[in-house]
Amino acid sequence: MVIFFQNLVNALQWGSFYALIALGYSMVYSILMLFNFAHGDIFMVGAYIGFGVSIGLLALSSSGALAMPNWLILALTILFSMFLTSFVGMIVERVGYRPLRNAPRASAAITGLMIGIILETGNLALLGARRVSFPSLIETTVYNVGGVFVTNKKIMIVLVSLLLTLALHQFVRRTKWGMAMRAMAFDFAVVPLMGVPVNTMIALTFAIGSALAAAAGILFGVAYPVLDPYMGILFGWKAFVAAILGGRGSILGATLAGFLLGFTEIFVAMIFPSTLRDLIAYSIILLILTFRPHGFFGEPYSARLRL
Amino acid sequence: MPVKVRTSRNLWASYSRVPLLGWFCGALIAAGLERFVGTPVALAMGLPKIPVLFGLDIMLKKPILVPNAILYVLLVYGLPMGVTTRSSISLANRLATWLFRFPIAITVAVHLALLYATLHLWAGISDYRALVLKLTLIAVMLTLSLNVINGYMGEFSCSHPGFMALGAYCASVFTVGLFVDDRLFGAVFLPPTLGPYLFPIALILGGFLASFGALFVAIPSFRTRGDYLAIISLAFLFIVKSLIENLEFVRGPRGLSGQPDWADLPTVFLWTVLCVWSINNFVRSTIGKALNAVRDNEMAASAMTVDTRRTKIVAFLFAAFWAGVAGGLFAHVLRYVNPSTFGIQNLAEVLAMVYFGGLNSVYGSIVGAVSISLLGEALRPLEIFKWIIIPLLLILVMIFRPTGLVAFKDLDVTSLLRPKQNPGGEV
Repeated sequence: MVIFFQNLVNALQWGSFYALIALGYSMVYSILMLFNFAHGDIFMVGAYIGFGVSIGLLALSSSGALAMPNWLILALTILFSMFLTSFVGMIVERVGYRPLRNAPRASAAITGLMIGIILETGNLALLGARRVSFPSLIETTVYNVGGVFVTNKKIMIVLVSLLLTLALHQFVRRTKWGMAMRAMAFDFAVVPLMGVPVNTMIALTFAIGSALAAAAGILFGVAYPVLDPYMGILFGWKAFVAAILGGRGSILGATLAGFLLGFTEIFVAMIFPSTLRDLIAYSIILLILTFRPHGFFGEPYSARLRL
Repeated sequence: MPVKVRTSRNLWASYSRVPLLGWFCGALIAAGLERFVGTPVALAMGLPKIPVLFGLDIMLKKPILVPNAILYVLLVYGLPMGVTTRSSISLANRLATWLFRFPIAITVAVHLALLYATLHLWAGISDYRALVLKLTLIAVMLTLSLNVINGYMGEFSCSHPGFMALGAYCASVFTVGLFVDDRLFGAVFLPPTLGPYLFPIALILGGFLASFGALFVAIPSFRTRGDYLAIISLAFLFIVKSLIENLEFVRGPRGLSGQPDWADLPTVFLWTVLCVWSINNFVRSTIGKALNAVRDNEMAASAMTVDTRRTKIVAFLFAAFWAGVAGGLFAHVLRYVNPSTFGIQNLAEVLAMVYFGGLNSVYGSIVGAVSISLLGEALRPLEIFKWIIIPLLLILVMIFRPTGLVAFKDLDVTSLLRPKQNPGGEV
């Protein structure tokens, strides 16, 4: 039982990365009906930007010019990096997706893949092949709750990701921009006639998705402080699986499926040898999709879908 | 005769009357020339040795040698080809016309023999060239088979490296298990002299295993398509990779090595030709048209009595079969496979070839596979910047030609090989 709860805690942490990244996929999908395949690499770029920002802030703090406690540095790092990475997302949209808005969706998927490769290689060319280690900004404190070890980092990661998800939900439900996004997801053709600036809204969607990915990247850096340029590939594809599993365009679905994927991976590794993790986790997903081909919250397949 | 006079005045226009036979003969002469006088010419040009890939590698490594390399390429490839094809227009056309009197198969055989001779001479210069050529031919097979699903059927399938892995491992286990004295599989079971004859069986078995794997993607495709099918196929890829990593009898993640060296150039060439031929016939048959109908509108297709389920399953099994064969050849060319070869990276490469070359077209697949593989090799001196240039190129192609360079073009062998001029001289 203790082992179960221990793994539950780990799975919550692991799932929150997937959930945050899957949100970005899902948001773009709901509007443009295409998956931003560069998203995994935006997650990586976000982690690296977070690394740069935190190094800068640490230097600023230790030089005495502006002394800050470490938790403040972490909070500022998350905010700044989310802000900066949102521009990366907007640039990706401008360069890779806007020229292809009326092209077949598969072509846009290819540009996304290629931009991902450019981001990886660009990183490799700029920083070299060595891995960088994320500065540890907060001390790890271990709490023992009835035999289950919980660290303050894990609590923080889960809380921050839930908070961001909630904030996104409120944004989409309550604000005018969010309303425009929902309208575009409902009917892309009519919305421009209502005076909604479509290009701005799409750029904003990309920006928000990228900001969430950046937050995931920094949280990942806090938990596993080794960054390398290819870390986004596997995470990106797996979060893509989560986004689909949740039902396309569904915020709730993407979050739930992200956590579910985390749980499956962790619990499979708990029960079976960890080398079988992918094999069993994806077999389960294949089974789910066989019986529920449109995910948890997606609309069923109809001939209306365009490809 | 005024027509002839007017056209021959224009140098370029006259080349449009060169039949494919003429081009192939010219290429053969150029390749032969390089084989026999290439080294002295290269030395005379101040190059250390014969440039391996049309001088591109030398140009990138030592920019000072750019003019020499260009001169070499012009002298050895450009000039002989230009002169021979131009001067032999009427001869080549007469020959092509004569060949057309026989069944088309003979014309095709002659052309293929010429092409093979050219490639053989070209690849004989160095082992590196031979390797690049073999991998390029395998890439052609892979790209074509993926085009059947992604181009002709219009699904976004991500499972191709998985099919390839199944084929590669099945064929490797067959050959290593039967013909090689191996620690894992025990002693030689059949005499190795039999091997090259049984090698096709290994490849076909690999193809069948890949087809069997394709069932796991094809059956869910009855109920869903588009993004969900992309995920199902992606999950399939992860599953296959993970399965092989966990199978100890193929050495798991350490990979399987020691495949016998049977995938020589003629074998690979022959299988590629077979693949192009069968896929071209497949997509031009009624079932190929049914594929297009399913892509454009599944409901309408089914209303027009197209059996969509049968069409989908046949396309998946067929494409997976060729991917499996390509995988088997790949394993025997490199003589080593490990599961991480068949990952997301490989998927991105094959997808890039399909979409660069052009959807729904056999020409396009050949163009895409050849240009991306050769570009990948030629830009090798640039090291990692290669992976910035190739994606940028692909993005540009996608922006300006969203369906690829040569999309939606039928490969019609007869019109391709047709003489371009009547024997009398009139166009």
